[in-house]
Amino acid sequence: MGLYEEIGGAPAVNAAVDIFYRKVLRDDRIKGFFTGVDMARQAAKQKSFLTMAFGGPNAYTGLDMRKGHAHLVQRGLTDVHFDAVVENLAATLRELKVADNLIAQVAAIAESTRKDVLGR
Amino acid sequence: MTRLRFRDHEYETQGRSVLDCLVANGHDIPHACRAGVCQGCLMRAARGAVPARAQSGLRDTLVEQGYFLACQCHPEEPLEASLEGAGAQRFCARVLARRQLAPGILGLEIARPPGFDYRGGQYLRIVRDAGTARNYSLASVPGLDESLHLHVRAVPGGAVSGWLHGEVGPGDEIVISGAQGECYYTPGSPGQDLLLLATGTGLAPLWAIARDALRAGHRGRIHLYHGSRDESGQYLRSELERLQERAAQFRYHPCLAPSREPAQGVAQVALRDTGSLAGWRVFLCGSPRMVEEARIECFLAGAASGEILADAFLPYEAAAPDRHPRQPELVPATGPD
Repeated sequence: MGLYEEIGGAPAVNAAVDIFYRKVLRDDRIKGFFTGVDMARQAAKQKSFLTMAFGGPNAYTGLDMRKGHAHLVQRGLTDVHFDAVVENLAATLRELKVADNLIAQVAAIAESTRKDVLGR
Repeated sequence: MTRLRFRDHEYETQGRSVLDCLVANGHDIPHACRAGVCQGCLMRAARGAVPARAQSGLRDTLVEQGYFLACQCHPEEPLEASLEGAGAQRFCARVLARRQLAPGILGLEIARPPGFDYRGGQYLRIVRDAGTARNYSLASVPGLDESLHLHVRAVPGGAVSGWLHGEVGPGDEIVISGAQGECYYTPGSPGQDLLLLATGTGLAPLWAIARDALRAGHRGRIHLYHGSRDESGQYLRSELERLQERAAQFRYHPCLAPSREPAQGVAQVALRDTGSLAGWRVFLCGSPRMVEEARIECFLAGAASGEILADAFLPYEAAAPDRHPRQPELVPATGPD
C-alpha cells in the first residue's frame, strides 16, 4: 500500500484541505501570499497540493513548480515562507491524528519541491 | 456495451471511462489526475443517468444538475455527455411587467418559457444581441411564482441594463439563456442554519433562496443581511419584514454603511451575531469585493469551504462565454496566484 492509500486517499485530502487552508490564512508569515486572490480557486489549488504531498495522483513537473511560483519569488518568497507552509502541513496532519512516520514522508515530498518552488 | 453520445458523435464505451473513451476518439476533454481528485474533467449529463461513483465528492448543487467526473464515470446506461452547462440553451421570452423597486433598480417580470427549468437564485443571461449579454439572478421561485423575476440595477453606460431600463416594456420579446449557477437552496438538510449575505441587487437571488427554503419546510435559522450605501438601496424591505413576521426562523437585517464600503460591513455585522459558522451553509451574492472578503471571513469563522456558495456580480462580465461551474485549475499549479 502506498503513502496516499495509507493516509486515507481522497477523503483524507478533503478532511485536511479546510484545516490546512485556515492555518495558512491565519499565519502572518505567509497569509499575504494567499489573500487577494479568488478563494475558490485557491482552495482547489490547496487540494491539488495536498494530493501531491500525500503521494497521490498528480501530474506536476519541476518546471510547473518553477513557473507557478516565479511571480511569488519576485515578491520575496523565501525559505522562511516555504518552512511555514511545511509546518502548517505537518500541524494539519497531527490534528487529524496521522501517524508520525507518515507525516515525515509527506514532509519529505513537500521538501523535494523546495528548489523548484523557490526558483533555484 | 454502453452507448455514449457527445457532440453528435456516438461511441461504445467498451468498459472505458467516459474520459478515456472520448480522448481515445480524438476529443479534447480537459483533465489532469484521472483519479477523481482534481475535478478537471467535470462534464454534465445532458441525457441519461451516471453511476453515483462518478459524482462522489461533488457539491450537491452540481450533483443535482447532472454534473459528473468523466474519469470516474463508467456508464451503465446510454448517456449523452456535454461540456456545456444549461446556459448554452436559448429561449424567447415575453416581458410581462416592470416595476421600479428603488431608485436605479428595476424589477422585471418575464413569462417563463416552456421548457425553462430553474431554481430560485440561479442566474440567466439576457442576450441583447450576439455580442451583448449580461447575467441576472432569478428572484422568483418555481412553484411560488408563475413568471421569472429579475432585479436590474442601472449601470452607468450599461449596454444591457440601460436598454432594459429605458426601452424594454411589457409585450416585448427578449432572448434569455437557460438558468445556471450553484447559488440556490437544496433540500436535504432542513435543520442546517443558513447565512445569506447580499449587497445591492445581490438581494434578488437571496430573496428567492429564503423563500424557496421556507417553502421546502426548512427549520434551521435563515439569516439574511443586506448591505447598501443608503436607505434607498434597501428595497423589498416591506416584503422582507412581512416574511419575518410569518416565519420565526427567518431574520432580516438591513445594514447601512454610509461612510464606508457597505460590502465590508455585511459579513462583519453578521459574524458578530452568529459567532462560529461551523455547520452553517453560506450564500454570498453581490459585489466581487464583498464576495471575496466575506468568503474568507466566513471560512475563517468555521464555515466549510464546500458550504460557501457565491455569485459575484462582475461589473461588465465581459460577455464571457456561458460559465461552467467553478472548477479547479486544470494545469498543475500549486502555489498562490
